[in-house]
Amino acid sequence: MGVIERDPHTGHGTTGHEWNGIKELNTAVPWPIWAFLIATVIFSVVWWILMPAWPLGDTYTKGLLGADVRQNVATDLKSAEEKRSIWASRIEKEELSAIMSDSELMQDIRETGHALFGDNCAACHGARAEGGPGYPKLTDSAWLWGQTPDAIFETIRAGVNSGHPDSRFSQMPAWGRDQMLDRKAIIDVSAFVKSLSDANKGGNGSPEQLAAGQKIFVDNCASCHGSDAHGAHQTGAPDLTDNTWLYGGDAASIYESIYNGRQGHMPAWESRLSNADRKILMIYLLDLGQNSP
Amino acid sequence: MISTLTDTERQIALVISGLLSLVGLVLSAAGRHDPLGAQGFIILAFGLSGVFLVISGFHLPEPTEKRFSHYYDEPIKAGIIIAMLWAIVAMFVGDWVAWLLAYPEMTFDAAWASFGRLRPIHTTGIIFGFGGNALIATSFHVMQRTSRTRLADQLSPWFVLGGYNLFCILAVTGYLMGVTQSKEYAEPEWYADIWLTIVWIAYFALYLRTLARRKEPHIYVSNWYYLAFVLVVAMLHIVNNLAMPVSLGSSKSYTVFAGVQDAMVQWWYGHNAVAFFLTSGFLGMLYYYLPKRAGRPIFSYRMSIIGFWGITFFYVWVGSHHLHYTALPQWVQTLGMTFSVMLLVPSWIAAANALLTLNGAWHKVRDDATLRFMMVAALFYGLATFEGSFLAIRPVNSLSHYTDWTVAHVHAGTLGWNSMIIFGAFYYLVPQLWKRERIYSPVLVEVHFWLAIAGIFIYVFAMWNSGVIQGLMWRTYNNSGTLAYSFIDSLNAMHPYYIARATGGLLFLMGAVIGFYNICMTIRSSPAAAKTRNEQPATIGQSRLRPGE
Repeated sequence: MGVIERDPHTGHGTTGHEWNGIKELNTAVPWPIWAFLIATVIFSVVWWILMPAWPLGDTYTKGLLGADVRQNVATDLKSAEEKRSIWASRIEKEELSAIMSDSELMQDIRETGHALFGDNCAACHGARAEGGPGYPKLTDSAWLWGQTPDAIFETIRAGVNSGHPDSRFSQMPAWGRDQMLDRKAIIDVSAFVKSLSDANKGGNGSPEQLAAGQKIFVDNCASCHGSDAHGAHQTGAPDLTDNTWLYGGDAASIYESIYNGRQGHMPAWESRLSNADRKILMIYLLDLGQNSP
Repeated sequence: MISTLTDTERQIALVISGLLSLVGLVLSAAGRHDPLGAQGFIILAFGLSGVFLVISGFHLPEPTEKRFSHYYDEPIKAGIIIAMLWAIVAMFVGDWVAWLLAYPEMTFDAAWASFGRLRPIHTTGIIFGFGGNALIATSFHVMQRTSRTRLADQLSPWFVLGGYNLFCILAVTGYLMGVTQSKEYAEPEWYADIWLTIVWIAYFALYLRTLARRKEPHIYVSNWYYLAFVLVVAMLHIVNNLAMPVSLGSSKSYTVFAGVQDAMVQWWYGHNAVAFFLTSGFLGMLYYYLPKRAGRPIFSYRMSIIGFWGITFFYVWVGSHHLHYTALPQWVQTLGMTFSVMLLVPSWIAAANALLTLNGAWHKVRDDATLRFMMVAALFYGLATFEGSFLAIRPVNSLSHYTDWTVAHVHAGTLGWNSMIIFGAFYYLVPQLWKRERIYSPVLVEVHFWLAIAGIFIYVFAMWNSGVIQGLMWRTYNNSGTLAYSFIDSLNAMHPYYIARATGGLLFLMGAVIGFYNICMTIRSSPAAAKTRNEQPATIGQSRLRPGE
């Protein structure tokens, strides 16, 4: 062994080794470390005795407390369901008017509906149901498939172009891409469509262009959008005379919608949300529409 | 660099570079309809650069026997610079994705700029690029100094360093193209994994060969830790990356594990990457540079021993604490939790041993920012290991898991512990290796230190707050018996914290940039006068003590 020297600062001896100037003291391990180590080991051993812990072939030690996380989850879910069912069962059973006039029940719906909407609908429709390009706003009166409670409930249940057997089906054909209308015709009808919601009733098109556009509209578009262009809830065809535009109301967007068509999609929620949850969402939306400016 | 290689080594280097180019060519041809083709080109370019580099120096005179009277420091110098470059790139990307979380529309509608591709560039760039190169460089330094012997040969260190960086480059460029195994911290695909395995075996062999030539009877603590790091990371890497490629021309592979076994293997890997990459290796660094800079003996050799074996033994059990309240059987979770609690003791032993070593040198900590980097690293090591054991307790985990609290914990470790000890070690090493009297600007070291501290505190406090709020929002029930908040409500609540976090990260990045500038200017400054004490390995036959004495 090398020479054991004492560190003048601590008074402890060194181990006698040196590596490129680094030495080590042979200080004893302070007792709190042993105490701490023993305490954590005791804690662990007690925990192993109480809880499922060590594997034994194809089983494991179950622990004295008989704890089982799977059972805990089942119990928790059951008790939450019981708490909820007090008011949730009323929502399933009672008439809409009775529910909507019960302020306490409406409070439950607003709270629950907020979380339901946020987790399931907000990704497309926005956290405040304000919509966005391609996704309708749900707080105004421009409803593609109707604003009646039954219509809203059905849209949530079966979705739009969703693959659900009862799905609502809507397709705006790709008039340009599929060569049903030529470029000039699309430009003309775009100008006409734009003029419908334009306060000046002229838009940017010349009178001749608008006349040509109107003819194309009557021949091709009116079957879904109606001869007055007010749209129809049966086909989900939007009203073209108001200022609500799902895919944008500027000339370029309108041209794009006609040229390439549009196939909106909304999932069917029947298999994902319970009947009560879908009804809560429907009432939540009705309530939201009533209370928005 | 070629001038330091012997003729035989130059020939071997040429053969290796040639073979690598060939592999690159084959992969780029076989994978021409796949991102693998582009990766093959990178390998080819890397191999050809090696060929040209070797040829350009092929006819330089061979190094003489005199080289044995010097440590082989060239690869260490290269490793330090490469590590700092990775630090800046990866911290920049890290701060970018931090802003992306606050303003998610900043992706320019480009696939490569999406969060899912940039985030692994940050983690791989920091952990493997910055951390890994720093570990390799400092281990080359420590293994030579504490063994009083030169690295076993001249070629292996370059093979390890170069090969390792090829792995990092393949990983990061692959992510941009969407190549990933989707295993956190093990994203690189099969061809990169095979390459890293080869490089890693060479690293392990180099370490053992150098230690075998040591002129000291005992192996210093740092080497235990570095060896544990190299050995266990090899084991983790190989097992977690067992996968079957779709074809030789495809970058895609499928892991051999399925379901909950896959999750368990992944987190056994994931947590032990933290344990043996970011802890063991870095404790090796701490155990050499802190006593060296402080000029104090290690407080207790006995604490070193129980710390080392406690950390090594307990850590391998705890990976399952990442899977609390999942499909993983509860008994596995119990073991993960209890071993995490016991692990706190050896972790704190290591931190305490470092801090107690500073007794008698606290005035130096006050005056010397380099030593202060190391002291703060030890403090954050203690803090992060306490937090880790705490978060591993199941009821605590039910609040913290999947929230930003985890992010706070990880960054207390990586910013406060890993980065700080690397910066401390680099500020110590750079003047020494390049034989300068001192660092270019001690004032800038101070500036770096305080920017880093400010950055860490802003970052960690923001994420602690954010994480606890998030956890509470997710579990709050209203009077109607349903969850009070939707997920998007919790995201809106995070927004201010995300901005604070990105700001903290920016401060830390600025510190690193200043550090890199300071290091570059030190290298460019004129060499010190003869005053600097040259460290030298023991010459042959000069061994002071024989092993076993």
